[in-house]
Amino acid sequence: MSLLSCRNVDVRIAGIRIVDQLNLDIKPGQFWGLLGPNGIGKTTLLKCLAGLDEPAAGQILLESRVLSELPRKLLALHIGMLQQHTVYVFDSSVLQTALTGRHPHLAYWEREGPMDFEKARNALASVGLEAFAERSVTGLSGGEARRLAFAALLVQEPEVMLLDEPTNHLDLKHQVEIMHMISARVTSGTHSAFAALHDINLAARYCSHVVMLFGDGEWCAGPSTEMLNEDSLARLYHCPVERLESTSGPRFHPAPRQG
Amino acid sequence: MMPTAHRRLLFFLLAVLSLASIPFASAIGSVTLDWGQWFAALTDPSSQHGELVWRLRLPRAGSAWAVGALLSLSGCLMQVLLRNPLADPYILGVSGGASFAALLGMTLGATAAIIPGLAWAGALISILIVFSLARGEGPWSGTRLLLTGVVTASGWAALISLLLTLGPDSSLRGMLFWLMGDLSYSRFPPWALAILVLVFLACLGMARSLNVLAMGETTAKLLGEPTGKLLWLVYLLASILTATAVSIAGNVGFVGLIVPHLMRLVVGSDHRILLPAASLFGGLFLVLSDTLARAVLAPRQLPVGVITALLGVPLFLLLLNRARVKQ
Repeated sequence: MSLLSCRNVDVRIAGIRIVDQLNLDIKPGQFWGLLGPNGIGKTTLLKCLAGLDEPAAGQILLESRVLSELPRKLLALHIGMLQQHTVYVFDSSVLQTALTGRHPHLAYWEREGPMDFEKARNALASVGLEAFAERSVTGLSGGEARRLAFAALLVQEPEVMLLDEPTNHLDLKHQVEIMHMISARVTSGTHSAFAALHDINLAARYCSHVVMLFGDGEWCAGPSTEMLNEDSLARLYHCPVERLESTSGPRFHPAPRQG
Repeated sequence: MMPTAHRRLLFFLLAVLSLASIPFASAIGSVTLDWGQWFAALTDPSSQHGELVWRLRLPRAGSAWAVGALLSLSGCLMQVLLRNPLADPYILGVSGGASFAALLGMTLGATAAIIPGLAWAGALISILIVFSLARGEGPWSGTRLLLTGVVTASGWAALISLLLTLGPDSSLRGMLFWLMGDLSYSRFPPWALAILVLVFLACLGMARSLNVLAMGETTAKLLGEPTGKLLWLVYLLASILTATAVSIAGNVGFVGLIVPHLMRLVVGSDHRILLPAASLFGGLFLVLSDTLARAVLAPRQLPVGVITALLGVPLFLLLLNRARVKQ
């Protein structure tokens, strides 16, 4: 049974075709990577999957129910999304911000209980921000703000995690840690993740499946071991790619320029 | 961010000071009462100063408190609505419509008793204009609301200038006092308190939703808020609060900007705490300002808006400067 699936989905933005007739089944235990050059529509597709935008045609299903017919609060219990940018206009503490992940789980007048605080503190600890709990969000660095937004997503506990460039602004250690955390949640068997990525090698290392967007509505999708090769990546990024073998599988690099 | 225990103490102090400011203000003015006279006046409305305290000063202090709380609460909502910590209750033209209607009434010789009603009607017209123009097709757009509101406000300002130019000299002084914000003629209206309490409770109920809304519309949606409905509700509630305040006291400036801002610095941006804190402090701030307005040049009375601006501007510049240093 798929958690999230696309049935003949067309996505358009301002008349530009992002995908035509997309069919996709995101199942529990799968970690999908969404690859494509800048401006090809990765964020737009993610927004459709999150129910923020509507596809031009076709249906997106959460389990077997049509996404656009479900109330937002119910969606938020099943689907969460890490946005590409996080800007904090108002001052708030890091802990309070992480706690906002509990919002869909609480009733109208309800306050966060000890369990909710524990979840928030655990999530902050897992992204290395436990010492920042009482600090103001407006003083965080780009990478810290990113990790906080990811912590809030962990606190939300959605089965489907949509991630728009989760490793943006992160140093090497935190890139690997965040990918590892997503992967760990997914391989537990009940969750799935779908992440727009720019780093092919993070995708090669962590993603079980990939979707590639070529522009003009063209796409292809499948297990990453089958999909990731020099030819497909060269076609995807309009740049020659060479393959190197590492102990943990293939890695891809831009090929040296000829002449 | 302060620890919970400190915050409780602060809340307690704020509540006591805020409510105590009303009887306290009744002792001060052109005739300042000593403790004995004040106590006698408060306990016995028929005593020497009882009339003064019960018929003039307490109702006026009550109005000041209500207006301060209404504007502060409205300011908090507007800031979340426009996602801008510098938004104030007047930014979207509600007060412009109210002022135009009130001033038109004064020009045509309407009695003081019907001015609040006219102001409320003017505010309502302004709310409906902005609401219908900004709504348009498609999803909510904060930018469109802001532009529509600001342009509508400018339109009202132009009409108000026209009235000031064409109106009879005899009504000019009253008009200027109205535009600066003045409580001399206000009698404490129980309906304003009812509106304050009802809207306050509604806002407190959705305070956690306001918290996520303050993080941006998309974030709020992703956390399960139907933001389309919520944003319009916030707009309507903020406008009702502003309309009520303006119909009582005219355009009292700075309270709705300074108080929410100051309280955000002190208690943080959790609206479950911010909204009561800002309401209590806003009431206190305006009662004190109005007491100063009555006492500074007694027996002459200043419009309270002059005092709030004179206190507000330096306070605000100081806060901005401190915030910059902190960063």
